[in-house]
Amino acid sequence: MAALLEVDQLSVEFVTRRGRLLALDGVDFSIAAGEVLGVVGESGAGKSLTGAAIIGLLEKPGRIRAGQIRFDGKRIDDLSPDGMRGIRGKQIGAIFQDPLTTLNPLYTVGRQLAETIQTHLPLSDADARARAISWLERVGIPAAARRIDSYPHEFSGGMRQRVVIALALCTEPRLVVADEPTTALDVSIQAQIIGLLKELTREHGTAVMLVTHDMGVIAETADRVAVMYAGRVIEIGPVADIVQRPSHPYTQGLMDSIPALDRRLARLRQIDGAMPRLNAIPPGCPYNPRCPKVFDRCVRDRPGLMPARATRAACWLYAPETVGEGAHG
Amino acid sequence: MLTLILSRLAQAVPVLLVVGLIAFAMFKFVGDPVTIMLGTTYTEQEKIDLIHHLGLDQPFVVQYARFMWDAVHGEFGVSYRLARPVMDLLIERAPATLELAFVASLFALVVGVPMGVYTGIYRNRVLSRVFMVISLVGVSLPTFLIGILLILVFSVQLGLLPSFGRGQVVKVGFWTTGFLTASGLQALVLPSVTLGLFQMTLIMRLVRSEMLEVLRSDYVKFARARGISNRAIYFGHALKNTLVPVITIIGLQIGGIIAFSIVTETVFQWPGMGLLFIQSVQVADIPVMAAYLMLISVVFVVINLIVDLLYFAVDPRLRLSRGGRAQA
Amino acid sequence: MRALARAWDSDVVYSFRRTPVAVISAAILLALVIGAVFCRWIAPFDPYDLASLNLMDSFQPPAFMPEGTTAHWLGTDDQGRDMLSAILYGARLSFVVGLSSVLFAVVVGVVVGLVAGYVGGSADAALMRLADVQLSFPAILIALLIDGVVSVSLPIAMREGVQVYVLIFAIGVSFWPQFARTVRGSTLVERGKEYVMAAQVIGLSSPRILLTHILPNVLGPVLVIATLSLGLAIISEATLSYLGVGLPPTQPSVGTLIRVGNDFLYSGEWWIALFPGIALLLIVLSINLLGDWLRDALNPRLR
Repeated sequence: MAALLEVDQLSVEFVTRRGRLLALDGVDFSIAAGEVLGVVGESGAGKSLTGAAIIGLLEKPGRIRAGQIRFDGKRIDDLSPDGMRGIRGKQIGAIFQDPLTTLNPLYTVGRQLAETIQTHLPLSDADARARAISWLERVGIPAAARRIDSYPHEFSGGMRQRVVIALALCTEPRLVVADEPTTALDVSIQAQIIGLLKELTREHGTAVMLVTHDMGVIAETADRVAVMYAGRVIEIGPVADIVQRPSHPYTQGLMDSIPALDRRLARLRQIDGAMPRLNAIPPGCPYNPRCPKVFDRCVRDRPGLMPARATRAACWLYAPETVGEGAHG
Repeated sequence: MLTLILSRLAQAVPVLLVVGLIAFAMFKFVGDPVTIMLGTTYTEQEKIDLIHHLGLDQPFVVQYARFMWDAVHGEFGVSYRLARPVMDLLIERAPATLELAFVASLFALVVGVPMGVYTGIYRNRVLSRVFMVISLVGVSLPTFLIGILLILVFSVQLGLLPSFGRGQVVKVGFWTTGFLTASGLQALVLPSVTLGLFQMTLIMRLVRSEMLEVLRSDYVKFARARGISNRAIYFGHALKNTLVPVITIIGLQIGGIIAFSIVTETVFQWPGMGLLFIQSVQVADIPVMAAYLMLISVVFVVINLIVDLLYFAVDPRLRLSRGGRAQA
Repeated sequence: MRALARAWDSDVVYSFRRTPVAVISAAILLALVIGAVFCRWIAPFDPYDLASLNLMDSFQPPAFMPEGTTAHWLGTDDQGRDMLSAILYGARLSFVVGLSSVLFAVVVGVVVGLVAGYVGGSADAALMRLADVQLSFPAILIALLIDGVVSVSLPIAMREGVQVYVLIFAIGVSFWPQFARTVRGSTLVERGKEYVMAAQVIGLSSPRILLTHILPNVLGPVLVIATLSLGLAIISEATLSYLGVGLPPTQPSVGTLIRVGNDFLYSGEWWIALFPGIALLLIVLSINLLGDWLRDALNPRLR
């Protein structure tokens, strides 16, 4: 079955007066219909940027330099602004991080919902309003018929994010890009919101690209996981394999650094060093300065994604030649 | 809401009292009303009688109280220069200033807001750059220079529009209006444009910068992500959010218009309150100066109150701050 | 030398070099300032020397017009004063009053703002209330009132001599509240920061803390407002002079010259008003353009 969304060697650069900075370098993944792809990585790895590129909201001075984005088999990265607008909202929805700034403070919640609904569906005002109320109920806002005329600041943080979810899903898109949907919320609310998102997307068969740096959320929610580092995908695979049997040394480091609740640890493990800045990415594999398993090929050649045990990883350890030589694995 | 009005009024009273004190102090310490009224030759008895008659032998506080009491009743004495009651003079000239201020503000709004919106949305078009240059020049030109330049071009060189006076005015009740005659309307053109130009450029720049700010906001990004049309974004989301801070500034602009009407009336010899004030400063006509001062203060207090109320009415977030609570 | 090289490469200077508008306006401003500062040596005549004025020379048109001569490039006014010299001397006065009044406002505003922000409490409330009340009136009105009242209170003989100082005081007073409010806000923010607490723990005295630690950190926005205010201050002085309550015709600023010229617009001697007007426009425009560029260059959000 063809994938719903295909990101094919996407490269995004920023053109500034200091020169061009490559922020995404050959990002490659796909999302099938109805599936939840978690995208994890440190801050600055390029997760949000990828999401923005997919929705077509890349802000200047960023631009797509190379690669393609295909939705339902058709290219969407080269659409005109009007063409893209037809897709946004109706086919691809978005949820952003901070519900307080994402909602217009001067419009009632009902008005923002109705506006979204009526932009994409030919409904009368009364019908749109009824649909808005029913969506508010589905995301769990109590007394929806009354709250529909409330302003965003009259809701608590968790409730606001529920409204945002309603806004993103009320047109029943086929894919939702959720960029750190729970990061701005209290820990106790996070689980509720993720649960809601999971439930609603499964109900409608909506695919989700869930961008976050929180592995716990990923483990709970995703079907597959893509790990990003320095603007590229360095490992991708089913969630269980990524979490339990990661192949790429970076992913291994990530999983190791999560303290488990059922073991006592003398010290917390961490990955030494830091992710390189955009203008200082080393040649070869970008992780090589920090990698505990680095060898000479890593510094010379840049690896693409290749099959690595249960997942696909961009690591020379898994190149057929290396494996054949029986290298450290 | 009522509490807001009352608290604002309560805050205004000390301000008015202080302004009154300054006005009163001008009377006391500047010039000598006795010599002004009696001339250079007078007897000692005439002087004592006059002092007593004017109440100048009373303690300071009493005189101040009497002054304020008279002021509240609109009694400011008689102009030294024109020998007429000050209040009459002010009332007579008020329509001229008010009509001028009104047309100038209208001009500033009607031209400034659309220009600001246009340059905010279409940042890089040629017309936007032209508007920005005009606005920069408008901010750098003092009002009187604008007036002089306009006179030079439209009155002296082209002979199209009059450069002084109000033209023919029609008396309607106690009001004299220039709106009802062709010459009256013509006379209004140059002064209003002069007076309004500075405000227009400020409004335009403000609307533009607010628009740019709003268009970068998260909720506009989210609206775009939901596929909302450009039109709905610009004229719905963006415009409404832009106008909120703009409204307060517009309110304050009215203050600037009143202040600069003094200059404009001088350039065009427009017979309003501003010209009256300047002429009184030039000859130290204290009663008029004091009256104008107090009147202006009252006007500003009222304007600030109205602006506060407007802000309250337009931004729903502020309504919550008085006793509402966010519901979970 | 290396510091200069680093400064040349810094963001601000780089932005300056690349913005033609900024460079041009800086050049124009520099020319005007030099002309004003060195007017005594540059101006062909001394416009204050009443003895040298010859009424026979009055109403000479500018040099590029048929009846004009190169003796007076920009013509003469009704007293026979050379316009070019008068404008140069007048520009000097405009700069002096403008800069001094802004400086006055900055000093007063910064002191009040620092005290209000640092001490807090009722002093803060009172000072800010005062600033707010004054801010609810337009600055030009405040300046006009102070100028008018003070001028009127002084004996006539004294008036002309001290008019400059009265103007500086009046305009300065009309601008201080903005500085005070900004500095007070920044001071409040800095006061809560750890380096201030550290200094207090060490035992530094409050004035010392204010001067050496807090002050440098709050000066940034002050610079921006000061550049904006400079243009406004010069306009204010010109306006007051035009209205007749500013600098007198014996010691005219550019505004006074325009006032004089206003009377002759209809009789055809347009140059008496127009050239000072153009000079004023150039001064303020170049200041505003530079100020705009500076504001954009220093604004971290636009980078």
